[in-house]
Amino acid sequence: MSKILEELLYSDSHEWVRVDGDIAIIGVSDFAQAEMGDITYVDAPTEGDEVHKGEDFGALESVKASSELYAPVSGEVVAVNAALEDKPELINEDPYGAWIIKVQMSDNSELDSLLNAAAYAEIAG
Amino acid sequence: MDEQLKTTCLTEEHIALGAKMSPFAGFMMPIQYSSIIEEHQAVRGACGMFDVSHMGEIFVNGPDAERYVNHIFTNDVSGMEPGQILYGMMLYPNGGTVDDLLVYREYAPDAYLLVVNAANIDKDYAWMLENAEGFEVGILNASSDWGQIAVQGPASEAVVSKVLGMDLSGLTFYHFVDSTLYGQRAIISRTGYTGEDGFEIYASPAATVDLWKAFLAAGVVPCGLGCRDTLRFEAGLPLYGDELSADITPVMAGLSMFCKLDKPEFIGRDALAAQKAEGPAKKLVGIELADKAIPRAGYPVELPDGTEVGVVTTGYRSISLDKSICFALVAAEYSALGTTLMVRIRHKVFEGTVVKKRFYQTNYKK
Repeated sequence: MSKILEELLYSDSHEWVRVDGDIAIIGVSDFAQAEMGDITYVDAPTEGDEVHKGEDFGALESVKASSELYAPVSGEVVAVNAALEDKPELINEDPYGAWIIKVQMSDNSELDSLLNAAAYAEIAG
Repeated sequence: MDEQLKTTCLTEEHIALGAKMSPFAGFMMPIQYSSIIEEHQAVRGACGMFDVSHMGEIFVNGPDAERYVNHIFTNDVSGMEPGQILYGMMLYPNGGTVDDLLVYREYAPDAYLLVVNAANIDKDYAWMLENAEGFEVGILNASSDWGQIAVQGPASEAVVSKVLGMDLSGLTFYHFVDSTLYGQRAIISRTGYTGEDGFEIYASPAATVDLWKAFLAAGVVPCGLGCRDTLRFEAGLPLYGDELSADITPVMAGLSMFCKLDKPEFIGRDALAAQKAEGPAKKLVGIELADKAIPRAGYPVELPDGTEVGVVTTGYRSISLDKSICFALVAAEYSALGTTLMVRIRHKVFEGTVVKKRFYQTNYKK
């Protein structure tokens, strides 16, 4: 059983969102990191990049494979977690602490289409 | 729908150990038990074991055995001592690769064991039968009668000697000895596919299960196919389907040293000799990227001006070297060491340099 935090929102592509005013803090779920195995590289955007809901904004690389990251909301990237550059394994160790990007949301109503913890639990059993 | 996946004699052991299982070469095989990185490091640092029971064992014997094996195999078996092993390929007449394999020169006269890739067993066996006309030989595909465990890593000699109760310090790389386990023949071979010292132990399925348990009890780390690929890749070893295929000849793959063109004949010899003389159009190279982005099979290789000149065949963030490296099949004119080549990874292009394919210094017991 993977860990799912009550206070977060989730996408069906296994990203989580922590909402802080107009800022969306984005990472990947415990289920996603466990499926991927050891993460060896985070291909993240740079500050100032635009991300668009449903479109890929980067990728996580495990030893075996790469899997794309999809933006759960649209907006401008205002921060990138630099710690992941040298320690991508932080995502395995603490998936809900190891955020990947922070996005200044352009349309907060996009949050309405994300899953709450109970709904996400059904696809990430 | 997929064909029914085959299991090995160790499938239940893998499931009991909580392995992540996945289809490979028609078999349900363990990809990892704990983590690919930990398993990889266990092999480099001490000792790990792999279920390689899916590999194929084809026995050849008869008065024409030597001449026959020399006919279908690129390396030269005529000078082999009993107990010796050679690596090489079987080729199509056009030089394309049927498979890469090990040939064991048996202690019995006029007898060889050919160990082939799991995905190719049926194809290889059919190819061997098809090309046996005019040779007085028996050819037997005994793959399902044999289990196989590869124990790999610097601690292998001590562990395998202890578990089998045999002193294996005198057995050198690419040699084997016969033994008996559970009243049936077992083969202990100093070979492997990791770049480390190690052994491959062929035994009956029942003996293989008990051996697996004995190695586990001795502290050998179970390792999945995930790290088998990262290990062989770092050591510069090709995988059939990626670096060798019906379209990739041993000359293209840089494996000419295993093809004895001075033999009187073998299937594919003339095509290979011509390709070697003219120079192949494409060559397999190693590429090291400056960045941490990871090149994967199928990604395009380009010149700095954007011209596509090849494709990645295998790539990883190397666990032992902490570098992003790959094998790529590229136009021969761009294959020289030191050449700058670009790899397209998703939306970006990353600069790399052609380097030697043996990325990791191997540690064999010669």
